Amino acid sequence: MAISSYKFKIMNIKNILILLFTVIIGFTSCKKDEVINSTEKGAFTIEFENEVNGAPLVLNSQNYMNANGDSYNISVFKYYVSNIKLTKTDGTVYSLPESYILVDAAKPSSFLTNFKDIPAADYTKISFIIGVDKERNLAGAQTGALDPALGMFWTWNSGYIFVKLEGTSPQSTAANNALTFHIGGIVDPNNTIRTFSTDFSTGNPLRIRADKNPQVHFTANAGSLFSGKQNISFASLNFTMGGANSVLVADNYATSLFEFEHIHN
Amino acid sequence: MRYLKIYFILFVSIGVLYACSKTEVVKPQTEDIRFVVPKNFPDAVYKFEGNTLTNSGFALGKKLFYDVRLSADKTISCGSCHQQFAGFANLDHKVSHGVNNCLGKRNAPVLFNLAWQKEFFWDGGAKNLEVVPINAITDVCEMGTDLNTIVNLLNTTSPYPQLFKDAFGSATINSQNLLKALAQFTAAMVSANSKYDKVMRNPQQNSFTADEQQGYQLFKEKCASCHTEPLFTNLNYTNNGLDLNSIDEGRKVITGLARDKGKFRVPTLRNIELSSPYMHDGRFNTLEKVLEHYNNGIQHSENLDPALIKSSQLGIPLSTTQKQQLISFLNTLTDDEFIKNKIFNEN
Repeated sequence: MAISSYKFKIMNIKNILILLFTVIIGFTSCKKDEVINSTEKGAFTIEFENEVNGAPLVLNSQNYMNANGDSYNISVFKYYVSNIKLTKTDGTVYSLPESYILVDAAKPSSFLTNFKDIPAADYTKISFIIGVDKERNLAGAQTGALDPALGMFWTWNSGYIFVKLEGTSPQSTAANNALTFHIGGIVDPNNTIRTFSTDFSTGNPLRIRADKNPQVHFTANAGSLFSGKQNISFASLNFTMGGANSVLVADNYATSLFEFEHIHN
Repeated sequence: MRYLKIYFILFVSIGVLYACSKTEVVKPQTEDIRFVVPKNFPDAVYKFEGNTLTNSGFALGKKLFYDVRLSADKTISCGSCHQQFAGFANLDHKVSHGVNNCLGKRNAPVLFNLAWQKEFFWDGGAKNLEVVPINAITDVCEMGTDLNTIVNLLNTTSPYPQLFKDAFGSATINSQNLLKALAQFTAAMVSANSKYDKVMRNPQQNSFTADEQQGYQLFKEKCASCHTEPLFTNLNYTNNGLDLNSIDEGRKVITGLARDKGKFRVPTLRNIELSSPYMHDGRFNTLEKVLEHYNNGIQHSENLDPALIKSSQLGIPLSTTQKQQLISFLNTLTDDEFIKNKIFNEN
């Protein structure tokens, strides 16, 4: 009895040790201990897919309907995205230097933009300006996406057009039923700079690594200009180039022009 | 002994390096272009940041300024409507004549001391000197073209690629370098050597005549609140009672504010003797007519500058003698050295 009790005790200790060992091994193997070098840098691509209230944007030939029931088509759709910021899981923010994107629905090459030299990390949030920051609106001659030759610069009241939509609508009272929505302006009360931000899903953050090139996918809804805060009737508003009506349109699209779709890590 | 040797070698090598660097200095062929803030001027707004003023950049800017091939029908250059002998305004033209003989809607302003200006055009629509030319380039009634067309032309027209390479280090021309070159030329235009400036800077050696002095006193009492020394503008926008209801909305076009309707930028008075006609629409062709407007022509428009209504009387009362004295003073603002400076000449 004494012996068996002794044996039992040994068995027990053995079992406990094995169990403990297994658990420890298990934990260490579970914990994917990926060490990110503080100097590691990586790239990612941001993609914008243009649509109108869920339907693909087809320039010129496709008819769409706004919330007011007005029919319209779109011949020009261009917009600036700038000052991109990424937030890490720990809350620290990385601002991408010189991040200016001009998306032109007529130029598929403008839908994808690659950014390099981003500190490796898991990012769970992105924010950017819809348009161009005040400083660059007032700065001297720019180049790249901000080249005034790209047709997004007002010469008579110098500054960038942030969002440009042109088309026609039978409801428009303008000559040739034109729709002309040139949204821009940086001076209060007609400041149209709007900042958009969105969280990525925590399960699939933007993983920037030296050997990866993840893709962040957004949709851009041209239809968002005409509803949201205030439905636009093309009979009463079909032309704006800055000013109070541009503010109205900017307030419409501020939160709904872009929608985060997914990340391909 | 060993230390001595090392010192010797060091000494010789420094000497050799110094000699090398000396031989590499290339002396400019022409007079050096400099931008100097005159003694009686405030700090400049445009500081050539990211656009260092160089002889080659300035020379390129000048060539572009005078090149008519940049316009749609190859007839109009910047210099067509900004003539040096008129203080770079457009003499005898109420409004500018652009391509296809199209008439613009406002009077071409003088071009000098632009480095002190924070906004441009009669309504202040342009907010950086470097972007100002785009308006004239693209306006259908001015040069009637666009930046891409000009950039393409320059890239394929000798000697421009070489000139851009000399100025900016790259023979590939883009709109940014085009505009920077133009800004080097226009920002370097400084007019600060009028008789007035000489009297202000050195009153021991220079003095006004009695009439000029009387005019200066009158000017300080009656005009200087808007035409502030030494730039002779406070750089603000105001309504000087030209019309009861201004057809041209002026500053309101930019701000959208009703209180800015019919307001225009206060123009400098420097070189005013040479830059007629006057006002945003060039309606007055003599200084006498301008002064008579202030004396007896002020319209009580809704946004009229309060300085033009004193004790319920409109305008600035001026006798014939006072007008002559004022004009005598205004003529001391003519800067012949600037007007005849070959550096800014077309050749």
